[in-house]
Amino acid sequence: MQTSSGGSVGRSIARVDGVAKVTGAARYLDDLDLSGVQHGITVRSTIAHGTFDGLDLDPAFDWTQVTVVTADTIGWGQGFAAGGFGANYIAMLDTDQPALVPSGGRIKHVDEPLALIAAPTRALALSARAHARPRQTALPAVLTVDDALRADIKLYQDDNVFKRFLIRKGHSDDDELEIAMAGAARIIEGRYETGAQEQMYIEPQAMAAWPEPGVMRIAGSMQCPYYVHKAMKVVLGCDADQVAVTQTVTGGGFGGKEEYPSMLAAHCVMLAAAIGGPVKMVYDRDEDIAATTKRHPARVHHRLGLRSDGSIAAIDVDVIMDGGAYLTLSPVVLSRGVLHAAGPYRCDVVRVRGRAVATNHPPHGAFRGFGAPQTTFAYERQIDKAARARGEAPWVYRDRHALRAGDTTATGQLLAASVGTDEIIAVIRDAAGPAPARDGTNRHGAPVKRGRGYAFYFHGAGFTGSGEQRLAGRATVLTRAGGRFEVLASSADMGQGSITIFTQIAADALGVPPTHVRVPDPATDAVPDSGPTVASRTCMVVGGLVERAARTLRARIEAWAAAAGVPGDLVAQAAAMIKAGTEAGAAGAAAQAAAEIDPHHGAIAETVQYEPPPGIHWDDTTYTGQAYPCYGWAGCLVDVEVDLDTREVALTRCVHAVDVGKAINPVIVQGQIEGGTVQALGWALLENIVYKDGKVANANMTNCIVPTFADVPDLETIIVECPYPFGPSGAKGVGEIPMDGPAAAVANALEDALGVGFDRLPVLPEDIARALRGGGS
Amino acid sequence: MTGYLRPATLADAVAAHAAHPDWMVLAGGTDLMVNANHRSAPPGIVDLCGCAELRGIVRDADTIRIAAGTTWLDIIGHEWVVAQVPILAAAAGEIGALQIQARGTIGGNIVTSSPVGDSLPVLLALDATLELASPRGRRDVPYRSFTTGYRTTVLAADELIAAITIPVPAAGTRLAWRKVGTRAAQSISKVMAAAAIHVEHGLISWARFGLGAVAERPIRAAAAEAAATGRPPDADTGRAVAVALADEIRPITDVRSAADYRLEVAQSLLMRFVINAGKLP
Ligand SMILES: Cc1cc2nc3c(=O)[nH]c(=O)nc-3n(C[C@H](O)[C@H](O)[C@H](O)COP(=O)(O)OP(=O)(O)OC[C@H]3O[C@@H](n4cnc5c(N)ncnc54)[C@H](O)[C@@H]3O)c2cc1C
Repeated sequence: MQTSSGGSVGRSIARVDGVAKVTGAARYLDDLDLSGVQHGITVRSTIAHGTFDGLDLDPAFDWTQVTVVTADTIGWGQGFAAGGFGANYIAMLDTDQPALVPSGGRIKHVDEPLALIAAPTRALALSARAHARPRQTALPAVLTVDDALRADIKLYQDDNVFKRFLIRKGHSDDDELEIAMAGAARIIEGRYETGAQEQMYIEPQAMAAWPEPGVMRIAGSMQCPYYVHKAMKVVLGCDADQVAVTQTVTGGGFGGKEEYPSMLAAHCVMLAAAIGGPVKMVYDRDEDIAATTKRHPARVHHRLGLRSDGSIAAIDVDVIMDGGAYLTLSPVVLSRGVLHAAGPYRCDVVRVRGRAVATNHPPHGAFRGFGAPQTTFAYERQIDKAARARGEAPWVYRDRHALRAGDTTATGQLLAASVGTDEIIAVIRDAAGPAPARDGTNRHGAPVKRGRGYAFYFHGAGFTGSGEQRLAGRATVLTRAGGRFEVLASSADMGQGSITIFTQIAADALGVPPTHVRVPDPATDAVPDSGPTVASRTCMVVGGLVERAARTLRARIEAWAAAAGVPGDLVAQAAAMIKAGTEAGAAGAAAQAAAEIDPHHGAIAETVQYEPPPGIHWDDTTYTGQAYPCYGWAGCLVDVEVDLDTREVALTRCVHAVDVGKAINPVIVQGQIEGGTVQALGWALLENIVYKDGKVANANMTNCIVPTFADVPDLETIIVECPYPFGPSGAKGVGEIPMDGPAAAVANALEDALGVGFDRLPVLPEDIARALRGGGS
Repeated sequence: MTGYLRPATLADAVAAHAAHPDWMVLAGGTDLMVNANHRSAPPGIVDLCGCAELRGIVRDADTIRIAAGTTWLDIIGHEWVVAQVPILAAAAGEIGALQIQARGTIGGNIVTSSPVGDSLPVLLALDATLELASPRGRRDVPYRSFTTGYRTTVLAADELIAAITIPVPAAGTRLAWRKVGTRAAQSISKVMAAAAIHVEHGLISWARFGLGAVAERPIRAAAAEAAATGRPPDADTGRAVAVALADEIRPITDVRSAADYRLEVAQSLLMRFVINAGKLP
C-alpha cells in the first residue's frame, strides 16, 4: 500500500469530468450528432397478462417514411453474417424475456414491447404509433406474491418461483431450528413490507445503433457495456467482434441501467438493421418510469429468539421478493437480500429462506443496495424492537451484539479484518448529542412529537461468493505519447466518480500527477472486460486491478529505464524517453531498450486479471463460506418530528457514518454517502410506486415523488476507514451501503416519537394518520 | 406553421385573442408546457409576456390590484402583499420552486383552475375579485363565483383575465394558510386551506375558509364558516368547525392521497387556524 505524500489518493481532487458536465460540453447520447439518425419508439402492451394477437396498421396513415419492426418481421436464427438475427431473448441469467413479444406469444406485463417504429423525426414516429394498434387478448393476471405462490396461474415453471435460497447455520433441519427458537426467553416476530422504488436517474434510458460493414455499433447510457455486448451477440447471432458497444456519458444509473439497456439496445439494432442506418431511442420520463426496472418489492417475515441476557439465540428469516414478469436479475438480488438478512449480529443458529416469484408486474431489477435494503429494513426494525422490549438503549444494545473481528456471519464466514463495528459504534455515539424533546410545537403552531432512531448494518463489497473469480475481470494501463497514461476498464462512470478515482489510483501507482492519466469512455472493442459497474465493486475490485496494472507497468518501465541508463527514476521521464525512442526513432541504447519491450513501436501495456485474495472459500450449493471478500459497515442516526395536524414527518437530523476502508477521494465518497442517504430517506417516507392492474399509476415526475433538498436535513457524514488489505490503498465498497439502513432508522425514530411501530415502507402521512387513529400501520 | 402574436397592450391582447379564438393564450407556460408532448400543437400562440399592463401590483386605499400576468416571484417579494395579504405571498412561495415561481403567473393559475391550484383557496379566503376583459368590454366577477366545476369557469371564450383585486383585510382579521403536499417543495397539494378570520371583542364575527384538493374545484367551506361565526376563537370552536366541515366535503382517494386523510387534515388545519386566531395579538 503506497500513499506517498505527494500522491493524490486520499485527496479530493476535482472530478476529471466535472468541467465538461458543468459547462455542458459533456455529450450524452441524445446530444450526439449521428447523421441521418432515425428516431425509434416502442409499441407497448396495455394488459398485464394475455396474448399478443398481432399489430394492426391503420391503412389511412401514410407509412411510406416509417419503419415498423415486429418479432415476426425479423429473420431469427439466420445470424448476423447472413443478414439476419440470432434469438429473440435478452440474455441475462435466463432466456425467458423476449426482446419483442411475437404475435401469438404471451404478454406478461403492461408496457411490454410488442413492436418498434422508426421515422426521420420523433414527431412522425409518435403519430405513426398512434395509428398502430396491437390486438391483445387479456387473461387473468397475477398481481400479488400470494397469487404468484398459489400458482393457479403459471407464469414461470410450475410454481412461479424464479429462485429459492436456504441458509442454515448451527442447525441441520427445521426441527432443530424450532428447538433453538423454543429455547429462547423471548421471541421478537415481525412482518415487513417494502415497496418498489424508481431509480429516477436524471438522464432517461437512451441508446443508439448503426450498422457498419461487418459490425453493429451501439452507443448509449449504461452501466455495463459487456452485458449489452453479451446480450447483443445472442440477439444478432454474431461473433464477439461483430458487435461493439460504447458507453456514452451517462446521467445516473443506480442499478437502473444494469439490465434494461440490453433491451433498448436490442430494439435499436433491430431498427438499425431494418433501416440500414443509425437509429436512436431516448425514452421520455413517463415511459421510463412505466416500463423499466425498479427495486423489488419485498416481504420479510423475521423471528428473533433472545436469551434472557439479551443475546440472540436464533434468527429465522423468510424473504419473498416480487420479481415481476421475467427472471432478469432477480436471483442475484434475492441472493444479496438473503445474505444480509440475518444482519451484522452474533448468532449461532440462523435460518434464512428466500424466494423470488413471478408476477405480471414489469420486471423488477437492480437498484443500489440490490436486495439488502429490503432485508436490512426488517432486521434493523427487529433489533430495535428487541432493545425496546428489553428496555435497553438501542445503540447500546447494538454495540453489545454486533459482529466483531473473529465472529462469524450467517454463512459461517469468519470475519478476519476490516470490521468497522467499533469505530462506527463510537463515532455515532459521540456525534449523537441529546435526543430532541418529545413534545413541542412547530412554526404552524401545530403540536409535534419528536423521536430518534438508529440503524446499524453491513454490506458485502464486490460480487457474491466466487463471482469475481468466475468473472475474472481485467484492466489495462498503458503508455501514451508524451509521458501520458491511459486506464482501460469497462467500468462506467455514471456520475459516481469512478474515472476520477481510477485516475488517482493509477497516477499514484505510476508516480505521475493525475493530469497525466486519462480514462477513455469504455468501448467493448477497446477496453478489456472488467465486469459490470455494480455491487460496490468498482473501486475495490476494478480499482485494485488498475492499481496492480499500473504498478506492473511502472516496474517494467523502471527496469527498462535502468537498463537504458535513463537518469533518475521518474516514471514520467522514462515514459517520455519511450516516446522519444519509439516515435522519434532516436538511436542508441534508449531506442534499443524501447524496441525490446515495445516491439510494435506502439504503447506499452500491462493487463492484469482478478486474483482472489488467499483463503477464499465459498460453497454455492450450501450457501456457506465467504459470501463477500469484505464488508462495509455503517451506522445511521435520524431525528424526526411528526406534525400531529398533518402527520407529515420532518427529518430534523441525519448522521451517517460509513466504513469505506479508504476514501480515495473524500468528496466523492461523501457524495456517494449523501446521495445514497437521500435515496434511502425518500424510500422510507415518500417514494410510493402505485400499481393499478399491473400498471404504474404514477408514471410521471408529478406524482412519482422523490425527495428534494427541502425534504432532507443537512446530512452529517462521517467517513470511517478500516482498511481492507486487498483493496487499492485499503478501499472497499461505498456505492450501496448508504442505501441500506437509513429507512430503518427513520421507522425506528417514528416508533420512538409516536409509540407506534411502522413495518411497511414507505411510511406516508396517510399511514401515520391511520395508525394514530388506531387502524394499525 | 404555428402562428405567433405578442401583443404589447391589453387592448391588442384582447383583440388578438378574439381574432384567433383557437390559438393558445400563453403566459408563463408552466401549466401549458407540461402537456406539450401529449397533445398536438395549437394553430397559433398569443403570448401575453410582452404586455406590460398585464404585469405589476398597484394599490389604493382599500384594494391591492395584481395584474394577471404578474409572476409568483413578483408577488412573493412585494411589500404590500407581504404586509397586507401575507398568505398570498406564502402560497406563492410554495408554488413549485424558484424556476416555476419566476415564470408562472397568478392569472395562469386561476385560468387553469385546477382543484390543486395553490393560490385559489387564498383568493377565496381574501374574497378577491377578477377583472375580465373582452372586446365586449370589462366585467368584474367575484372569485367565489368564477369556478363552475372540475377545471371549468365562467371565463368566456373571448375573455382574458386582466387583473385580480383583493380588498385590504379589515383590522382584526387573522389570515392563515397552509399547504400539505406530497413533499416539502415542488409538490402538488394533497390538501390546502386558507382562512380569513375576523375577531372582534373576543368573538369571531365572520370567517372565510378556502379549501383546495378536497373537491372537484377550490371551495369555500360555508358550514364550517357558520360554525365559527359568533364564537370565541378557541379549541371548542375549532372542533365545531371540524365537525361542520366533515358534513360538507367529500374528498377523494387518488394516486396522491386518501379520502380519509384529506378530510382529517382539512379538519385539523381549520381547527388550528381557529385556535391560532385566538392566540394572535
Ligand atoms: C414543476 C411545476 C411545479 C408546479 N407547482 C405548482 C404548485 O406547487 N402549485 C400550483 O398551484 N401550481 C403549480 N404548477 C402549475 C403552474 O406553475 C401554475 O398554475 C402557474 O401559476 C401557471 O401560470 P402560467 O403563467 O405559467 O400559466 P400558462 O401555462 O401560461 O397558462 C395556463 C392557462 O391559463 C391561461 N391563461 C394564462 N394567462 C391568462 C390570462 N391573463 N387570461 C386568460 N387566460 C390566461 C392559458 O391560456 C392556459 O390555459 C407547477 C407547474 C410545474 C411545471
